[in-house]
Amino acid sequence: MSDHELEPILEVKDLCVSYGKVEALHHVSIKVRPGEIVTVIGPNGAGKTTLLSAIMGVLPFSRGEVAYQGEAQVHVDVERMVARGMTLVPEKRELFGEMSVEDNLLLGAFMRRRLGFRDEAETLDKVFGIFPRLKERRGQMAGTLSGGERQMLAVGRALMAQPKILMLDEPSLGLAPLIVREIFRVIGDLRKTGVAILLVEQNARAALQVSDYGYVLETGEVALEGPSDALEDDPKVVEAYLGLGGKKH
Amino acid sequence: MDLQIALLLGQDGIVNGAIYALLALALVLVFAVTRVIFIPQGEFVAYGALSLASLQAGLLPGTLWLLLVLGLVVTALDAPALMRQGRQGGRRLATLVGWQCAYPLALLGVVAGGTPQSWPLLLQVLLVLAIVVPLGPQIYRTAYQPIAEAPVLILLIVSVAVHLALVGLGLLFFGAEGSRTPAFSEASFEIGDLTVSGQSLWVVGASLFLIVALYVFFEKSLYGKALRATAINRNGARLMGISTTFAGKLSFLLAAAIGVLSGILIAPITTVYYDTGFLIGLKGFVGAIVGGLASYPVAAAGALLVGLLESFSSFWASAFKEVIVFTLIIPVLVWRSLTTHHVEEEE
Ligand SMILES: Nc1ncnc2c1ncn2[C@@H]1O[C@H](COP(=O)(O)OP(=O)(O)OP(=O)(O)O)[C@@H](O)[C@H]1O
Ligand SMILES: [Mg+2]
Repeated sequence: MSDHELEPILEVKDLCVSYGKVEALHHVSIKVRPGEIVTVIGPNGAGKTTLLSAIMGVLPFSRGEVAYQGEAQVHVDVERMVARGMTLVPEKRELFGEMSVEDNLLLGAFMRRRLGFRDEAETLDKVFGIFPRLKERRGQMAGTLSGGERQMLAVGRALMAQPKILMLDEPSLGLAPLIVREIFRVIGDLRKTGVAILLVEQNARAALQVSDYGYVLETGEVALEGPSDALEDDPKVVEAYLGLGGKKH
Repeated sequence: MDLQIALLLGQDGIVNGAIYALLALALVLVFAVTRVIFIPQGEFVAYGALSLASLQAGLLPGTLWLLLVLGLVVTALDAPALMRQGRQGGRRLATLVGWQCAYPLALLGVVAGGTPQSWPLLLQVLLVLAIVVPLGPQIYRTAYQPIAEAPVLILLIVSVAVHLALVGLGLLFFGAEGSRTPAFSEASFEIGDLTVSGQSLWVVGASLFLIVALYVFFEKSLYGKALRATAINRNGARLMGISTTFAGKLSFLLAAAIGVLSGILIAPITTVYYDTGFLIGLKGFVGAIVGGLASYPVAAAGALLVGLLESFSSFWASAFKEVIVFTLIIPVLVWRSLTTHHVEEEE
């Protein structure tokens, strides 16, 4: 379990995001500590994707602040966040369809290369170790991959940046149960490498099992938060997100 | 028309077509990465040729002043944000001032203090590249970066404005008289009945070399891949830390370099005036349109076709040669609109 004495690597305070006149996030505050896995669960349209996009700087926010590594910002610049070790696997994946799997992965290391690191070959080997399927298909165009392979490529490409914090938007979206289990195994394994993870999921049970701390986002507000174990036993969470059977190990 | 004339016209067409092909590639590159239709491409051709002619005449090319002025503008635009960024911003500020202010001044010192007219041709060419190519990213920074997310039509209107401004400045810098520079090589070769000039070989050889170099850049280097990635998926590229600004400046740098080299290559063959670039650029554009502004090989082939069509029509109907070349665009557009599905422009 994580050490709650550590300073958070990411602290979102009082964040408000609007699309035109409609406010999609109302005063949301969350924290992620180094090496910790934090999950955000909630129904469709709750604002989970909006939250990750705002943290990354893809979407401007109207109020609040995003503090990353102790530096509070009211305006977030994507490239700067990437340079400082934040990586987002977006809901739409945004792969480079007409480029090979290997090129997609190498581009994941683009910022590290610009910063002067020359270790992409080793990182590539590590990613191929995590997802052997990608190695088999390294020459294939990303646009022709299956759904599960695309998911693996999106996560693999993010890992190429050797992030300090990895944000995953529904990594299990549309996958067969076997591959879902595979993806969550990888997320659990990543914990050992010390990377902090902010995980957005529909699959609440698996997300709460793999994570240390959880937030429940409903209609743009944090409805509930707590250690994942506690959330798994919370009657409201059980009823709304886990269904009958409740906690399972 | 006998065979000898046909061969002669063919040679002419290939030489011009090679230049159009280079410009077509630059246009496709800039459009794919930034969605800008780069009409000012032709001005780089003229600036390259005329700056070289100025240097050889012992004059200070006006483009050097433009480099300095735009450098000051870029510094004024970028410095405030960097000054707010603390230590890391300080380093980037130093780089900014170095490239945008110190670099133009240093070049000014070299040109005004030295005697570049007596340098060997290769050094003169490098000096012209050093002066004119940085104008590309500078123009991107001042004219396009602030509206990078604007619709294609707005970007096109800005391109027209930039083109007109650069042509006007060209008149101011170089005057209304045209210039021709000495050939790279005075040699000529007899192949059967055909005489091939050394300069023609230079043009075709250098163009082929540049095309291969571009291919290798896009296929093998990380920066080349980053440009392709931006063209394929702008949002995905941003998440990798490839900023729209970085990709825009890099593509303008390459386009400017291609334009300047083209100008230097053709300057010994035709007399270049301050406004010659536009027509040359337009023919590259026709080639790029043949490739749908998307396919590099088709664009290059289209441009070669434009060159051949131009030289043969100048023989049969010289008064109409431009008309014939530009009319090519109509069947191509009709054919494209029949064969491709209409894609909505993304917002
Ligand atoms: N570009 C947009 N313009 C207008 N409204 C938007 C836009 N993007 C999202 N919204 C709205 O904001 C709300 C939050 O959307 P968001 O995508 O963040 O939800 P989510 O929690 O990720 O949902 P899901 O689980 O379905 O992915 C929704 O009501 C959505 O319709
Ligand atoms: Mg979502």
